[in-house]
Amino acid sequence: MHEIFTTRNNPHVDPFMAMWEWQIPVYLFLGGMVAGMMIISGYFLFSGRHKESNCSCFSIPLTSIVLLSVGMFALFLDLAYKIHVWRLYTTFQFKSPMSWGSWILLLVYPALIANILIRPPQWALSRVPKLSDIAGKIQQHPMLVKNIGILNMIFGLMLGAYTGVLLSTMGSRPLWNTSILWVLFLVSGLSAAAAFVHLIAKNKAESELLAKADNGFLVVELFVFVMMFLGLLSSAKPHIEAANLLLNGAYAPAFWVFVIGLGIIIPLIIQLLAVNHKIKHTAIAPIMVIVGGLILRFVIVSAGQYSHWFNTHF
Amino acid sequence: MARYGMVIDTKKCVGCQDCVITCKTENNVPEGYDRDWIVTESYGKFPDIQLEIRTERCNHCSNTPCVSCCPTGASHIHDVGGVVLVDHDLCIGCKACVEACPYDARFINPAGYADKCTFCIHRVEKGLNPACVEVCPTYCMHFGDLDDPNSEVSKLLQSRKHHVNLPDAGTQPNIFYLI
Repeated sequence: MHEIFTTRNNPHVDPFMAMWEWQIPVYLFLGGMVAGMMIISGYFLFSGRHKESNCSCFSIPLTSIVLLSVGMFALFLDLAYKIHVWRLYTTFQFKSPMSWGSWILLLVYPALIANILIRPPQWALSRVPKLSDIAGKIQQHPMLVKNIGILNMIFGLMLGAYTGVLLSTMGSRPLWNTSILWVLFLVSGLSAAAAFVHLIAKNKAESELLAKADNGFLVVELFVFVMMFLGLLSSAKPHIEAANLLLNGAYAPAFWVFVIGLGIIIPLIIQLLAVNHKIKHTAIAPIMVIVGGLILRFVIVSAGQYSHWFNTHF
Repeated sequence: MARYGMVIDTKKCVGCQDCVITCKTENNVPEGYDRDWIVTESYGKFPDIQLEIRTERCNHCSNTPCVSCCPTGASHIHDVGGVVLVDHDLCIGCKACVEACPYDARFINPAGYADKCTFCIHRVEKGLNPACVEVCPTYCMHFGDLDDPNSEVSKLLQSRKHHVNLPDAGTQPNIFYLI
């Protein structure tokens, strides 16, 4: 027998940590997907694809701003001391990923706005005619458009990486404490973004390209999962137990069915058939990828909080 | 600079919870929350059974993940004795420090800020012991400067076997348990 009994019963801490609820996974998912969308739209600008009139790179940045704002609002809802939120911007704490993140978000918005200004949506042009002058001036400078694309890719990369680093720096939670987590979240964000753009793309060649790219991201995501588990399973006992939470423990059904099965394998098969023209492209596979990405954040946040060190002395 | 710490004699602690109740009243800890608590660990098979009772709280670590992760600098190391504190006015209640502590020693006060043991710094700065140490009926708790080789806590650590909680987590805790 080996029993540990504690009299502590702090809300959301005991019997196991559940301090971060739905707001954090929603924020991490939307942040990751927006990061992926910034990288994709940045690449489209950089590669000159924006010259095509129906390029989705014109609708992505506006959608990104809306989604990121929804994510940030979820993050705001999570704060226990909401009226102090401005304190984030009175300091920069070098060692704190959350401090990095709050400042990165300030860089992301101007990059997205610059992206929108290249070709603002029609409803905005009819309300603010001056916007067409600005857009015209930007379009006269191809290098400026390219640089806006590069900025979007860089800040998207920083945003996507940060969503993983935020968790992976927590040595207290063995499941999160793997330095490959940011790669997983970045690739998953890219995959969800590719799926989303594939859904909304009006240009057929673009849609096809993104379906192919998404297949690549999904394969890489599977590979990253293998690497992550290899790392955890060959580490200390708390890390092995943390990996087993997903592999065969309490979170295994959600992980295998929704994240791996319905979120990666099945849509990958559907999209492989679609890009090889065996079946038609439908909305089913991209929606599965997006929902799978969201469930991945819920599973990682929840299981990570549950994973812990063992305070035993015998 | 002094490094304040505690030495707790597990051979004397009976788990009476006087320290828990005293902390609550001294620091106005909200009902249903604990800044300190009692852990009972039992191991073995009858009749060969080992039992350790210990009073636990924030370990006021020397390597502080709760301070590193704080985005506003609210979690900080106090000038006096390296005590880990939370500035309520700077805290935004993001809960990162609660997650970062491997001992789960923190909680979110219903008022919105991260809360935990302060080593009763308001008493210590007046030359008094933390309230939990003061009230212990078995005198199992000792408080003092771990960097002073002549302090009571240093002498106890020199003379008795001891352990810390979660040494593998690498936080270098400043609460020691005599065994």
